[in-house]
Parts: sequence; structure tokens; C-alpha cells
Amino acid sequence: MEILIFSILAVVAVVCSLLVIVSRNPVGSALSLIATMVSIAIFFVMLNAPFLATIQIIVYAGAIMVLFLFVIMLLNLRKDEFDPEKRRVQRFFAILFAFILLIGIATVIDMGISSSKSVESSSGAIAPAGVESLAQLLFTKYLFPFELASVLLLVAIVGAIVMAKRRL
Amino acid sequence: MVPASAYLILSAVIFTIGVLGVLVRRNILVMFMSIELMLNAVNLAFVALSRQLSNLDGQVVVFLVMTVAAAEAAVGLAIIICLFRNKKSVNVDDFNLMKW
Repeated sequence: MEILIFSILAVVAVVCSLLVIVSRNPVGSALSLIATMVSIAIFFVMLNAPFLATIQIIVYAGAIMVLFLFVIMLLNLRKDEFDPEKRRVQRFFAILFAFILLIGIATVIDMGISSSKSVESSSGAIAPAGVESLAQLLFTKYLFPFELASVLLLVAIVGAIVMAKRRL
Repeated sequence: MVPASAYLILSAVIFTIGVLGVLVRRNILVMFMSIELMLNAVNLAFVALSRQLSNLDGQVVVFLVMTVAAAEAAVGLAIIICLFRNKKSVNVDDFNLMKW
């Protein structure tokens, strides 16, 4: 049953990510990206991470993609002018190298899997990671990165406002 | 139960599709969305491995990666708005001031 859900969602995720890079209209790309993010959020739920699934929907699909759509609307973009004749060679080499990259990553994953057969996952046993267990880690072991992330967000807010203003 | 390797292969495929998007498309907004796609693929890999090793550190890292992605998206889109104001175009081939 879980394998069935995983297969269907995997096909949906891959098809939607292909639609992201293939759509002529940037709004189509944004909507396909939202669909991909929602399917990845469902994967997070299947992987015992419900808090991360919620955060993914709220932050990624709910804030970042809305920001993208606002910018698309602000810049008033139309459909892309598509000129496939111009850089056919570059496109061919890009696809070739992306394919080589995929083969390379799959090889490394295969090596990792076959060498860690002894580390047998008892992963059916852990409970879904609620907010408490994540907070435990976040505020003790990862306290410094957490504070740095808040400073980073402050810098991002200031930077975005300064750059997007018309008149300082 | 689905093995972690299946999630890792799926993450690799989505990551490669994101790389293809950055290399092939010329619209800077779509290139940005492909970068977000790559970040999502990496998040999926982190959470899959976190479950396999029964270690919650992976999920904390995903949390921090999402924070960084949000900050980067905000600043990057502000830069794109500035670029558009100067050049009235979102095609990266038009930003060629520093080419020889």
C-alpha cells in the first residue's frame, strides 16, 4: 500500500518538475513547482516528519512561491519568446551532462546502499518526529546555527527592502 | 516499507531536472525556480536518510535549509526586480554588460 502511494507520488513529482522546466509561461512553471512541493510534503509525512511537511507547505508553497508569483505579476511577464534554433548545441550538451550527473549520483547511491547493508534500519520503530523532539535538538545542539539563521533572515529582510525600493 | 534508496534515487532525479532547468532555460525566474527545485530534492534526501539512520539531525538541517532558501529567494527576487527596472527584460542573454 505504501509502495503504491510512493510510486504514484513519485511519478507526480517527476512529471511536475519536468513541467517546471518545460513550461513557456512562468506562471505555469510556478504552479507546477507548487505541485512538486506539495508532493514532497506528502513524502515528508510518509517519512515520519509531519512537522517538516507542515513547514514545507506553509513556508515554501505558501510564502516563497507566492513571492515568486507576485514578482511575475509585478514584472508583467508574458510567454517566453522561444528560439530553439539559436542554441541547439548548448542544449544538447546540457542534457548530456545532466544525464551524466544523474548516472554519477545513482552510482554513488548504489555504492552507499551496497556498503551499508549491515546498518539495517530499525526505522519502523521511531515515532513521528513531533515539535518537541525537533525543538530539543534545535535549541541545544544546533543553537548556534539557529541564531545565525535569525540573523540571516534579518539581513535578507533589510537587503530585499533596500534593493526593491524605488527611492532610498 | 519503501527503502531509503528509492527516496534517494527520486531525489537525484528531481535534482538533475533542476540542474537541467538552470542550464537550458533563459528566463531568470524559471532558473530561480529550478534552484528551488534542487533545494527541495536535497531536503527530500536529508529526510529520507534521517529516517533510515533514526537520527533527527537530518530534519533540523532541513529546517535550516528551508530558512536559507527563503532568505535567498527574497533577496534574489529583489535583485531580479532591480535588473528588470534597468533592462526591461528577464532574458539572461540580455545581461551581457561584462562580456568581452
